Amino acid sequence: MSALVLLPLATGNRGLTIGLFLAVVALTLGITFWASRQNKTAADYYAGGRSFSGFQNGLAIGGDYMSAASFLGISGSIALYGYDGFLYSIGFLVAWLVALLLVAELLRNSGRYTMADQLAYRMRQTPVRSAAATSTIVVSIFYLLAQMVGAGSLVGLLLGVTDQSVKNLVIVGVGILMVIYVTLGGMKGTTWVQIVKAVLLMLGTLLITILVLAKFHFNLSELLGAAAERSGKGLAFLEPGQLYGKDLIGKFDFLSLGLALVLGTAGLPHILIRFYTTPTANAARKSVLWAIGLIGAFYLMTLVLGFGAAALVDTAKGSQIATSSGNAASPLLAQAVGGGEGTLGGSVLLALISAVAFATILAVVAGLTLTSASSVAHDLYASVIMKGRASEKSELVVVRIAAFAIGAVAIALAIPAQRLNIAFLVALAFAVAASANLPALLFNLFWRRFNTLGATCSIYGGLLAAVLLVVFSPVTSGTATSLLPDSNFAWFPLRNPGLVSIPFGFLCGIVGTLLSRDDSSARRYDELSVRSLTGAGAEKATGH
Amino acid sequence: MTDGTTSASGASELTSSMQHNQVSAADDRSYTAIANEPEFAELRRRYRRFAFPATIAFMAWYITYVICNNWARGFMDTPVVGNINVAVVFGLLQFLSTFVIAFLYSRHANRELDPLATQLRNRFESETGR
Repeated sequence: MSALVLLPLATGNRGLTIGLFLAVVALTLGITFWASRQNKTAADYYAGGRSFSGFQNGLAIGGDYMSAASFLGISGSIALYGYDGFLYSIGFLVAWLVALLLVAELLRNSGRYTMADQLAYRMRQTPVRSAAATSTIVVSIFYLLAQMVGAGSLVGLLLGVTDQSVKNLVIVGVGILMVIYVTLGGMKGTTWVQIVKAVLLMLGTLLITILVLAKFHFNLSELLGAAAERSGKGLAFLEPGQLYGKDLIGKFDFLSLGLALVLGTAGLPHILIRFYTTPTANAARKSVLWAIGLIGAFYLMTLVLGFGAAALVDTAKGSQIATSSGNAASPLLAQAVGGGEGTLGGSVLLALISAVAFATILAVVAGLTLTSASSVAHDLYASVIMKGRASEKSELVVVRIAAFAIGAVAIALAIPAQRLNIAFLVALAFAVAASANLPALLFNLFWRRFNTLGATCSIYGGLLAAVLLVVFSPVTSGTATSLLPDSNFAWFPLRNPGLVSIPFGFLCGIVGTLLSRDDSSARRYDELSVRSLTGAGAEKATGH
Repeated sequence: MTDGTTSASGASELTSSMQHNQVSAADDRSYTAIANEPEFAELRRRYRRFAFPATIAFMAWYITYVICNNWARGFMDTPVVGNINVAVVFGLLQFLSTFVIAFLYSRHANRELDPLATQLRNRFESETGR
């Protein structure tokens, strides 16, 4: 999960890998063109007509959530640091209970197209929608940058290219593809791209997992033993402490990370809007159950992949896996279990897993672009600027212009951002989501007194706290690995802001609410409660 | 409708073809009526009775796990069977508890929440003529 280092895998069959990459691109574009002919209304474009079944949306959630950072990053982290690499996946999975128990169904019933629809439900529209759109766009852009920087490095890594201009070209290409997916396919196209990606990812991971386990007689203890032995660290490789919590600050940093991971998911706008694509709250619930099953199974398999790589592939200092910060672990493991370098089986599996990783990136960036473009068009343009006087037709033109603009901004930011650590960008997105979005969502759903000032305070307060604490942390300055290694203004000791910024976001919501005498939102709490719990008056699926 | 004290999902409702989704006076009365029904109070009680304690439980269980990784390493390093130690078992138990809570919630919702919610929603729809 750390910075991708630019060392290519000078192995495998490059022609085959490129062929499979192009097949992935062709398949996703085909889906997009098909979906573009199905989009008629705003509900089609923003919410896929709300016609996806629980199982379909569960797969799409998996496709949206399991990013390249988790596919390559977590298994790579386990390959290098053993047990500690596994900790990310536990936070990422447990987080789904917050979404299932407190958010998914209630949001499906009370929202419409964007996260702001729910947050502004009983509030004054302009201030709350502006705040919610700001945090939607900030979270999505951080997440998007992480994926695009990852795409550039990964394609370089997987195709064996070191040239910087080729990486920039890949970033531009991914940017163009995501704009095409979103402008033409809308939510319907994006959802099918995510479903296909989830199936490919699950099958690819399952295949490698079975091949690895077969080498260890399907005995987990034997696999762990072999990994510990080859790692050179012995049993310590299977115990906490190789990566996190080496000193007291490190321990609090880990606690902070753990909180952001578990509370961030239910505040990620690109995950929240997936709940709108189902016809009922019951289907939204089923989709989260499927997502929990798929994501849980996937993370259990990455455990096998990570320890498998530690046991079967060279992870020592200076090896390809070590210099790629672990990101090469899964592809190289696939090559090893396929028969090794230079064999047909090895080349085929390496190419296959590389293509799956590429499909993973494309599906995630499409979801993020759609989320931010929807928020620009539906929240900022139609509501804040036009005060609700825009026609549906003009909103659907603006959403496409917004997708172009976001694509351009993402490309422009991602090229210089290649110096940034991907894990830092993802963790920051989770921290902002947990600090700014989750408090406002929970207060809006469960606290009658919560009002407009409370909502704007918690969103802006949590957002600013998370971003500023990172600016004044060792991530930005003060250490050799900081963004600005030559300056030092790091007075905040933790790399992850969650431990402070999440409680601060909740506190801002409480203080803001109590400072305002506005009780118009409290008067509409009954309506929101009835609608969110019963689905009375909730948006229906569009019939085609 | 001016910005500020608008009803329904606010001004944006006006933009869409689904204008029936504005909260009309009739809808408003129906929402208020349902909110005052004992069945609705029961639905909310049943929902919260599961969701809130379960959230506290899994958060406490997860934070305990994070804290043990930091501050109870001797315990986490204890071997259980073969090369599998307490830390690995504890981690896998987090997966198991997530699956179990998700399953229990789904069963609770299907049995206890959905029938009441459907009944109240049907009443709303017949009252507002949808």
